[in-house]
Amino acid sequence: MEYVAILLGGLLINNYIFARFLGLCPFVGLSDKVETATGMSMAVVFVMTMTSAVTWAFQTYILDPLGLAYLQTVAFILVIATLVQFVEIVMLKVSPSLYRALGIYLPLITTNCAVLGVAILNIRSAYGFLPSVVNGLASGLGWSLAIILFAGIRERLATAPISEHMQGFPIALITTGLMSISFFGFQGLFKALFR
Amino acid sequence: MLALVKAVRNGIIDENPVFRLVLGLCPSLAVTTAMVNGFWMGMAVIFVLTCSNLFIALIRGVVPSKIRIPAFIVVIATFVTIVDLMMKAYVPEMYKTLGIFIPLIVVNCIIMARAEAFASRNSPIVSVADGVGMGLGFTLSVMVIGAVRELIGTGNLNLFGFALFGQGLGSDPAMVAVLPPGAFITMGLMLALINAAQRRKAKASVGGEA
Repeated sequence: MEYVAILLGGLLINNYIFARFLGLCPFVGLSDKVETATGMSMAVVFVMTMTSAVTWAFQTYILDPLGLAYLQTVAFILVIATLVQFVEIVMLKVSPSLYRALGIYLPLITTNCAVLGVAILNIRSAYGFLPSVVNGLASGLGWSLAIILFAGIRERLATAPISEHMQGFPIALITTGLMSISFFGFQGLFKALFR
Repeated sequence: MLALVKAVRNGIIDENPVFRLVLGLCPSLAVTTAMVNGFWMGMAVIFVLTCSNLFIALIRGVVPSKIRIPAFIVVIATFVTIVDLMMKAYVPEMYKTLGIFIPLIVVNCIIMARAEAFASRNSPIVSVADGVGMGLGFTLSVMVIGAVRELIGTGNLNLFGFALFGQGLGSDPAMVAVLPPGAFITMGLMLALINAAQRRKAKASVGGEA
């Protein structure tokens, strides 16, 4: 049941875009087309899940026993940068077609705050190993859901008659706000399910 | 001296990181539920930005260009850790409110952008001025967003425990402004307003010349 709660939470209720404000730069920057949004999403889900596993192990087996918890920020960002590089190299060797699809998005992920965010939130929520991984997966999927929906709307916005002052960022942010209001409705769902 | 003033002014007005360059969107939406939150977030960013700009400008000749990005990240992460521990020790309440967004200053685009675009190419002194300017630009912007959201969402403005409007304005404020959807909508409308003002100014100057 705990896993269901984490999954639903990451996907709908504490959605990384609509409720937590994490990973907004690529969300606005890469949502012009559904195709690019999907590519970025797959890369993000993959890296967030891997990061959750690796940073949890790093914190539990290296930082905590040595009393180095204060190095968390420095350590995690380096772990993530290395991991992304490693994933890139392995992917190039094992599956060049997957690399061609996701490759260009991978370098961007190091500075996506959703990735470092999930790593730190896992530790702060005192999750165990499996809950951390599930949380990484769920948060990544939630982020993907948001960006793919948003890209679909944006494709239509491109041809809509919008006042010249509102074009670009302003209309994108207001659209996100309206989507966020509708996602607020899911909080009731959570209360109904886990009363 | 003039160059320094220009660098500071550039960060606050001409290239305001939040309203003009639209960088660092995550913290400027997440922590702006109140004006005071914006102030403390801004202080943390000013510290990190100034120190990292100074250090990166100092080591720019020593670090090989191939590994400069990882080197910048380590410098930035070090200063973020300092700010993180300081705020935990001296302003624990605010530290709890700002939460994860203090360590996340590491991946804030403003800081990396200034390191790469400015500090790695300029002298330490000008880089410090640029850091202060950009930091101030960020601080003022998030305080303005915070003030608007707090005023609409709670009907009052609190500055260090002092309520600006006493009992508050009206008994039924629009709560949505302090909730996540309000952040997106407020920011969107403010950017639209700035766009409109800029276009009007551009038009006026074109008209003046003709």
